Amino acid sequence: MDWQFVFSQALTQAIGPTMLVYALGAIGLNLQFGYTGLLNFGQAAFAAVGAYGLALSVAAFGLPFWLGIIIGLGAAVILALLMGIPTLRLRADYLAIVTIAAAEIVRRLFRATVWAEHTGGSDGMREFSDPFFELNPFPPDATWTLGFISMDSGRLIVDFGLFDLQYSNRDLWVMAVGWALIAIFLGILGLLVHSPWGRVLKGIREDEEAVRSLGKNVFAYKMQALVIGGLIGAVAGFVFALARANVQPDAFSTDFTFYFYIVLILGGAARLFGPVLGAALFWFLYNIFAQGLSEAINSGLISTDIINQTQVGPLVFFLLGLGMVLLLIFRPQGILGNRRELMLDVR
Amino acid sequence: MSDEAQPETEPEAPVGNARAGITAARASLADVPPEPGAPKQDPILKATGVRRAFGGLVAVDVQHLEVQRGTITALIGPNGAGKTTFFNLLTGFDRPSRGEWVFDGRRADRMRSYQVARAGMVRTFQLTKALTRMTVMDNMLIGAANQVGERFWAGLIPPVWKAQEAANRAKAMELLERFKLIDKREDYAGELSGGQRKLLEMARALMLNPKMVMLDEPMAGVNPALKQSLLEHIKDLREEGMTVLFVEHDMDMVHEIADWVAVMAAGQLITEGTPDQISADRRVIDAYLGAHHDAAQR
Repeated sequence: MDWQFVFSQALTQAIGPTMLVYALGAIGLNLQFGYTGLLNFGQAAFAAVGAYGLALSVAAFGLPFWLGIIIGLGAAVILALLMGIPTLRLRADYLAIVTIAAAEIVRRLFRATVWAEHTGGSDGMREFSDPFFELNPFPPDATWTLGFISMDSGRLIVDFGLFDLQYSNRDLWVMAVGWALIAIFLGILGLLVHSPWGRVLKGIREDEEAVRSLGKNVFAYKMQALVIGGLIGAVAGFVFALARANVQPDAFSTDFTFYFYIVLILGGAARLFGPVLGAALFWFLYNIFAQGLSEAINSGLISTDIINQTQVGPLVFFLLGLGMVLLLIFRPQGILGNRRELMLDVR
Repeated sequence: MSDEAQPETEPEAPVGNARAGITAARASLADVPPEPGAPKQDPILKATGVRRAFGGLVAVDVQHLEVQRGTITALIGPNGAGKTTFFNLLTGFDRPSRGEWVFDGRRADRMRSYQVARAGMVRTFQLTKALTRMTVMDNMLIGAANQVGERFWAGLIPPVWKAQEAANRAKAMELLERFKLIDKREDYAGELSGGQRKLLEMARALMLNPKMVMLDEPMAGVNPALKQSLLEHIKDLREEGMTVLFVEHDMDMVHEIADWVAVMAAGQLITEGTPDQISADRRVIDAYLGAHHDAAQR
């Protein structure tokens, strides 16, 4: 069995395009849930309206790419207002119920056959990502070598000996944009959470009545957090759609939201770098389990009498679930979290 | 009694400089008749016809109440009298079925809770609301009013709010010193004892420079040693020119610090007066023990 291949694949994925989607979605969620305490169970819907806002604008209505981005962001703001206005004055759990329902409504609207001529129904849409890849500065035919880094007709190979990382030129472009966006959002959030504005958000998470009694307009702050987190969720949707060069409604199911939560809790909620670390670790573990098991079966290390290839998928999720349970027992604060903070007696 | 009783209290009155506040407070109430709804010389709060019904149950139905500026006024009454509901209404944490009140010259019955706080009426809670996973210092700083850095765009630019933050921090240090929490400033508020949380809540309220402080059962769950220091802190508020209205069960405490007492029973204001007048009032004894206790004794 080729351990090097398995390990290389998992590491390649751990900082690759899909991981960036999880990291971005969880960064938005971190502002909402980690810092403000808003139980947004509809982050997938923000990603969906972002992705579809872009795809519909470009593919169905022939609008320019950048207008599509603006429409996607606008749709996320509208979604946040629609969900927030009726629920943010109520107790926290109402938001959870409304967001999870709203996310399903959004997915089903995009899936509906009524507008299938525009949205493609359950098949989704493609042919909206060309303007994005036209901007790609990484040429598809470059070939050169520089020490352990080499380009082989547009494919980047970083060879560390024990393992290597390989990306296509399209991946590289998505990653360059994705990592730049992560750096920008972390920079902005870093300033925000260490400002008096961020302090009010944390106060709301702890006890919104207390914050209200101190003269803060709690509703306005919660709305700001919901909108900003939702905008970052929509950006995650852009990256997701562009990396795959397609959108499909069922990719934005409730599972998607819960992956963001796993990433956030794994990395450490209310920690600036928690989502990025969590996303890398989550996606590394997923790939190493999936690739490792698959490789082990192929090479006959695990007999197909025990498990076969089609059972690998569910087993990986079982293992990740088990890992999550162990994490919550032994390190409930996540990788970067502060145990002292979590163990406080919340009276 | 003479007419020099005009309240001299100014917000910037010197602290601990004799006990001018108590003298002025007592004098300002000397001519007020011990009747429910009695008018005061200079009321900071004036409430009329305040009613709150939960379905068929009328929790609060106060005809008229005035709170004299610069005094410590106690709101007492048996369990279920509607004290806390009345408190919540005044501070905007609940909406009245009807009624109106004026706080410091401004109609306050339509205000939301945060607007009430900004207007200068700041409350504490019966079950202390410390922001547990934030430091004691952050608990204090969040209290400061009109912070530029609390606006989203300004929050992004530290130079805009750093100076104000430093001033707020200096003020917080002063208050923490006074409330003997200075050594705890970098601890999480959740690590404080119940009594210390009460102190923190009161200190945090002072970060807003309130005109009136509303304390909901400030002594609930506080050990006797801390009780005395808490009482002194409340008296200090009056010396600084603030008005205090507090809900309390403990009659000893009421006797010790209150200048004036308002008594509620079954949602209504049944009487008002000085602590001594209230102790002697039959209606109060009836309210607490039930109207028939005399009959039973006969």
